[in-house]
Amino acid sequence: MNQAGNRTLERIVPPLWALLIALGAASMLIASIGGNPHQVLGLLSLGTWRSGYGFGQVLFKATPLLFTGLSVAMALEAGLFNIGAEGQITVGALAAALAGATLPVGTPHWLAIFLCVVASFAGGALVGGIAGILKAWRGSHEVITTIMLNFIVRAAMVGLGGTIFLRESVHTRPVIEAARFARFSQWLSPSLFKGSAVNDSLFLALLVCLLVWVFLNRTTAGFALRVVGASPGAAEAAGISPGRVTAWALALSGGLAGLGGCNFVLGYKYYYEDGFSGGVGFMGIAVAVLAFGSPLALIFAALLFGTLSQGGLAINAVVPKELVDVLEAVIIFAVAGTKWPVRRMLSRSSSKISSGEKT
Amino acid sequence: MSPTDIGESTEALGCAHVWKRFGEVIANRDISLSIARGTVHAVIGENGAGKSTLMRGLYGLHSLDQGSVRIDGELIETPSVAASIKRRVGMVHQHFMLVPTLTVTENVVLGDEPVERGMLVLSRAEQKLIELGERLGLARDPALFRRRVGELSVGEAQRVEILKVLYRGAKILILDEPTAVLSPLEVDDLFAVLRRLRQDGSTIILVTHKLDEVMGLADRVTVLRRGETVLEVETGQTSAAQLAHAMVGRELAKSVRTTRQKTISPPTMRLKVESLSVRRSDGSLALDGVSFSIAAGEILGVAGVEGNGQSELALSMAGISTPERGRVRIDGQDVTALPVIARRRLGMRYVPEDRHGRGLLLDATVEDNFLLGVQEHYRRFGFVDRRRLEIDALERTKALDVRPPDLSAVARTLSGGNQQKVVIGRELAGRRDIPLSTLVCAQPTRGVDVGAIEKIHAEIERVRKDGAATLLISAELDELLALSDRIVVLFRGRIVGELEDFDQFAAGELKSRVGALMLGAA
Ligand SMILES: Nc1ncnc2c1ncn2[C@@H]1O[C@H](COP(=O)(O)OP(=O)(O)OP(=O)(O)O)[C@@H](O)[C@H]1O
Ligand SMILES: [Mg+2]
Repeated sequence: MNQAGNRTLERIVPPLWALLIALGAASMLIASIGGNPHQVLGLLSLGTWRSGYGFGQVLFKATPLLFTGLSVAMALEAGLFNIGAEGQITVGALAAALAGATLPVGTPHWLAIFLCVVASFAGGALVGGIAGILKAWRGSHEVITTIMLNFIVRAAMVGLGGTIFLRESVHTRPVIEAARFARFSQWLSPSLFKGSAVNDSLFLALLVCLLVWVFLNRTTAGFALRVVGASPGAAEAAGISPGRVTAWALALSGGLAGLGGCNFVLGYKYYYEDGFSGGVGFMGIAVAVLAFGSPLALIFAALLFGTLSQGGLAINAVVPKELVDVLEAVIIFAVAGTKWPVRRMLSRSSSKISSGEKT
Repeated sequence: MSPTDIGESTEALGCAHVWKRFGEVIANRDISLSIARGTVHAVIGENGAGKSTLMRGLYGLHSLDQGSVRIDGELIETPSVAASIKRRVGMVHQHFMLVPTLTVTENVVLGDEPVERGMLVLSRAEQKLIELGERLGLARDPALFRRRVGELSVGEAQRVEILKVLYRGAKILILDEPTAVLSPLEVDDLFAVLRRLRQDGSTIILVTHKLDEVMGLADRVTVLRRGETVLEVETGQTSAAQLAHAMVGRELAKSVRTTRQKTISPPTMRLKVESLSVRRSDGSLALDGVSFSIAAGEILGVAGVEGNGQSELALSMAGISTPERGRVRIDGQDVTALPVIARRRLGMRYVPEDRHGRGLLLDATVEDNFLLGVQEHYRRFGFVDRRRLEIDALERTKALDVRPPDLSAVARTLSGGNQQKVVIGRELAGRRDIPLSTLVCAQPTRGVDVGAIEKIHAEIERVRKDGAATLLISAELDELLALSDRIVVLFRGRIVGELEDFDQFAAGELKSRVGALMLGAA
């Protein structure tokens, strides 16, 4: 069989298969709690893709997932597991909010947006970079440090709250008008996207997807990152320092997660609010895993999880919305479980040997 | 069975009209074989000729597109590993299939563990292994079986692979390049074992690139070229030259070196090493005060039995490991503390001995593999200059005849020899911005066919002529003698002898001298 075709199939089949399994499992689950699967799934689709507002909300929810998914995926390319997107997006959002609120009122729109976006990136990169430097310098495993940094960020937010939040609230001062992303309902189609918070940061997300792809595949720094992920031994022999690459790769990964904060802060509420993220940092891991390192698949995965989290609200009337949490879990399990069988199926004809060279 | 009883019943293993395709590549094209019981049958051919593919097909590791397999005269409808093991066929793969973190005994019983009352019982297996190793001369030291595979030398690991197959009672052995990683002495040991096995009635298929091994051990030989059988003869009725000709389909050049540098005056030493000492992670000294210098246009060969400091020498020359003491200079500049990248900027190139671990990105394309280590050379405003890379990589794959000549192929799917050609093609490429000043070249032709060896040697000779100082580390004495101007012998981390001006020695004398030095006889 054609090799390239094989690899594409290997990418496409598992998620589709997982989706089917998840739908089947969901139907059984709904039936078992006395619901009508047909009705519930109908509601789910009506509340998401089959209405303007629902569709807008799916895009809105998919936006930060694109960033956190990208963050995790980029770290995976370097052979690193970034579990810290949750803490990184938090700091990124806070940085954007503080920057946007302190800018002088007369700042031009493009400059204000630019500065806030840079601030969110820097915030996330700071958190990711700490884990990166610890790994490069002391060899501390990034899974441990990024998890710990999530807790540290959480605690720091609680501590900082008193000084940065407005009185009697859990949010910061709003950002200036000039630092706000336009909503689709304001310029694209007021009737279609009415009431939905989807905003121009979605374009930022798509642009960053493209930039990351270009970075990984077309620049020497991106190449260095992939080499370290693929083979630290080969990296050493090629004059690429695995330690240094690890450090900046985690910073970059953190920065990407930090950008995810813009959606909420610059596009929706216009301030930083405690607990705004709703776990998108962790969901980014699922998005990245589902995407198998392909940028196009990443967009689909983000849309899928965006659909599920929006769909949860839509079906809440008839079944508990936790049902979609179960769905998400089933999808992840199914993907993890089908990756190998699919590979084996496709490679039955080719060699099954993949161990070290005798040299 | 009486010796006169010839006919189909004496066949141990055979196949008929075997076809196997991988995409565009036809790895096996209508191959038929018949191997008589109690014989050694060699299968030779260029890199990528389809030897490993044929062996895997015979063993049942992958399905055949067409054709059939016979074991002990029985037609096997659907060859599978289980069917092969049941009929006492065993295979030792070209690449190690051992678990480094497990002990030797554990590795051997893996997949067929002796269990009593739900518990793993290794003592009896170990006893059986000790007996087997003793009887065949494969392992005379019982302590071997308690060691972890990760701590073994490649030669020891290779013997474990063979023991593993014999432990399961295999009477038909498929050995895919078992000698590629062995030193000449280890090869002799292994062949003694194989001869004993043949005497006991075992049948052996041996894949190898070394024609002297074929002539010395095998009864019959099959030559594959581009997936087809081009010759099958009794070894008694052929010669190494005829086999080589059949393999590559043309005449091979005799030797690349015609003139050797005798005394260079005044010598311009490009690479200078002064009392270099390197410690292994376990604290022992791998190199102990090694000094040498290499002039422009000179090749210094390093001989020695594996494990006497050659690997560490290459790594510290490349800048991957830091020496404990000593100095390294390139063109007069002290590079002892410089990292790999800085040395590469001074024109140092490095062919690592471990091509899978350090030389290649196995899951990346051939094109990306041509970027490895020279990423700075192709950088333009931070971007990879793909167009230039593609032109250069195509030119280099053509020059070295990498097959398939497809830059988008994934490195893992290339045969071992073609992978090596990619590494050589990249490291030895002429580059205008940073001319090659020093070449650290470790085991450049391991597992590579005679035609490719010729090409690789020609490349090394080319960069020498261009004025590079080359440090050539090789387990192949013939290779060292063919290429080097001088040879130093490493023994327990020290240089115990140096030979130059080879013409002063009678034929054979040089080899026996180096051989004696390698064993520590001063
Ligand atoms: N899994 C695979 N996918 C695609 N092509 C393959 C695969 N395995 C082998 N090939 C191709 O089939 C051909 C034969 O490969 P094979 O490994 O059998 O060669 P070989 O004779 O053993 O070479 P070597 O001496 O280098 O080990 C090569 O062109 C190789 O690239
Ligand atoms: Mg092979």
